Amino acid sequence: MKRFCAFVCLLLIVTMVAAPTVAFGYTEVDTEGMDLDYYTQYKDQGLTLNVYNWGEYISDGEDDSLDVNKAFEELTGIDVVYSTYDTNESLYAKLKTGGTSYDVIIPSDYMIARMIEEDMLLPLDFNNIPNFKYINEIYCNPAYDPENLYSVPYTWGTVGIIYNTTMVDPEEDMGTWKVLWSEKYADKILMFGNSKDAFGIAFKALGYPINAESMEQLEEATEYLKEQKKVVQAYVMDEIFDKMAGGEAAMAPYYAGDYLTMKNDNPDLAFSLPREGSNIFADAMCIPKDAKNKELAEMYINFMLEPEVGLANIEYIGYSTPNDAVYELLPEETKNDPVSYPSAEVLATCEPFLHISSELALAMDEKWTEILTDDQGYSNLLMPMLLAACVIAIIVLAVIRGMRKKRDQI
Amino acid sequence: MKFRYASAPYVVWSVIFVVVPLFLVVGFAFTDSSGQFTLDNISKVTTYTAVFMRSIWLSVIATVICLLVGYPLAFIMSRCLPSGQRTLTMLIMLPMWINFLLRTYAWMTILEHNGILNTILTTLGFQPLNMINTQGAVVLGMIYNYLPFMILPLYSIMTKISGSVIEAAQDLGANPFLVFARVILPLSMPGVTTGITMVFVPSVSTFIISRMLGGGSNMMIGDLIDAQFLGNAYNPNLGAAISLVLMVIILLFMSILNQFEDSEEKEGMMI
Repeated sequence: MKRFCAFVCLLLIVTMVAAPTVAFGYTEVDTEGMDLDYYTQYKDQGLTLNVYNWGEYISDGEDDSLDVNKAFEELTGIDVVYSTYDTNESLYAKLKTGGTSYDVIIPSDYMIARMIEEDMLLPLDFNNIPNFKYINEIYCNPAYDPENLYSVPYTWGTVGIIYNTTMVDPEEDMGTWKVLWSEKYADKILMFGNSKDAFGIAFKALGYPINAESMEQLEEATEYLKEQKKVVQAYVMDEIFDKMAGGEAAMAPYYAGDYLTMKNDNPDLAFSLPREGSNIFADAMCIPKDAKNKELAEMYINFMLEPEVGLANIEYIGYSTPNDAVYELLPEETKNDPVSYPSAEVLATCEPFLHISSELALAMDEKWTEILTDDQGYSNLLMPMLLAACVIAIIVLAVIRGMRKKRDQI
Repeated sequence: MKFRYASAPYVVWSVIFVVVPLFLVVGFAFTDSSGQFTLDNISKVTTYTAVFMRSIWLSVIATVICLLVGYPLAFIMSRCLPSGQRTLTMLIMLPMWINFLLRTYAWMTILEHNGILNTILTTLGFQPLNMINTQGAVVLGMIYNYLPFMILPLYSIMTKISGSVIEAAQDLGANPFLVFARVILPLSMPGVTTGITMVFVPSVSTFIISRMLGGGSNMMIGDLIDAQFLGNAYNPNLGAAISLVLMVIILLFMSILNQFEDSEEKEGMMI
């Protein structure tokens, strides 16, 4: 036992020495141009604010960047309780089941539409969010919140094809989704591991709008995706980072912002936005119905729109900003980068996901399972039969054992 | 009976976190989204027969291989010197200090087309193998992650088999096969059933291994349940129904296993 303790101690020392020295970012923001009276009105009241955001979706002081939540706490004297989620659906499930109340959430477009429909959000008081003036009018009144009552856009981006220039024929036409069906690249293609994005691509490739309109379209897209299965290496989400950076696959559809991260690891990668059009997604800040501190939440949203804060966040996340003041502060090369900021004509071909009827959404998930599990023609009766066989086996075994026991006793 | 009240914390715990959730699962499984009684969810589960069959089949293979690998090792371990036993136990436990997700992720980089194994193979002049995104990779992931759960119960039951029993059998003229079949195997049976349960149950409900090593198209029951709660459709009623069917399967499976064991010989090993 002594030796074991010594070993554990040694291990602890090694980890402590080897642990990277944590770099703390700065927390001072330049308050010039900010309305200090507004930001300090709740100071010293011991108030707290619950923020619920995506993981890795805010500048947190890493690599000498701005620690946004700390800066907000220091400026306003309000404590920020910050927690994260990893899918829109887990956010939705959390809000539906209740228990914890959040003041600020940052869901994606289609989820905001769904939450508005189900009366889960509070309308915002834009008098408390003066910085909304920075939001470019292209991003105001979006399809998911047509009157712009409930949301303030935070980031946006597009979905395109990321490909490895050393593995793809230079003559290849990468400007179409159909290349993801090409047998030439069999077993070198990765595909989205979630139904919404995968079906979105299939719809676009077939020339339909990105949001399913009818069961017929859904059926057709299902057949099309089943056809693709022959050439797909794997259905993945964030595993794409490793696989594309390591040259494991030739092409994969993914988010433009993440392409920039991948390109840092592998300069051979390139990005194309197919001409059939694509998905433009937006994440926006909202206040859920059961929020406890609406004014504080609006103050936080306003703070996130401050040019310096917005810039720190966008530089950390790598997605595109809807905030004109932040855009102006970006370096020239980023501003002119067609991946992050495509031209207006290209953007016009892109569509956001909206909340589709729950009937179609359920059908889509069922079809998706059907695509992933090649049906080997099992009968639906197989499972009940199997369960019945198990029960019979148990009874038979029990009877045999009982008989044996009786025999032993005699 | 003086200590009866000492179990109160666990009883309270299990009522709140085991019994109540179980009723919730049953409640969700038999209702639709508006709370009306329905059998649709249960009947819909049968459309996912392929997923169930694949999960059960792959977990059975993984369990059998774990048993074949783990049984001899556990026996050898139990016959070692005490210091050797400690070292071996430590070595078996060591991988479990690393996070489950990380271990599985590591297998992904080992098995990939440009992965570590294939790089070694090609530099040695062999043809690269197609390993990742196959059912074999999923089984490998299960065996790797759950093998300690097979070895440890087997080992702890085998240390209780006294060497003198084996010697007695040999003195009475039993050949090595008979010693194994008539002495060691019956005495280690409680460890075998515990080991099988502890490997099969987590294997059949695993979800991340199949996604990482199976390439997403080798969907298993766990993935299916995950998709109902965190997928785009958010259908907790169907998810609960699938969980319920899975529970019934595991329950039946465990009762079959129980038949192979004499209830009087239990020594706190059987779960």
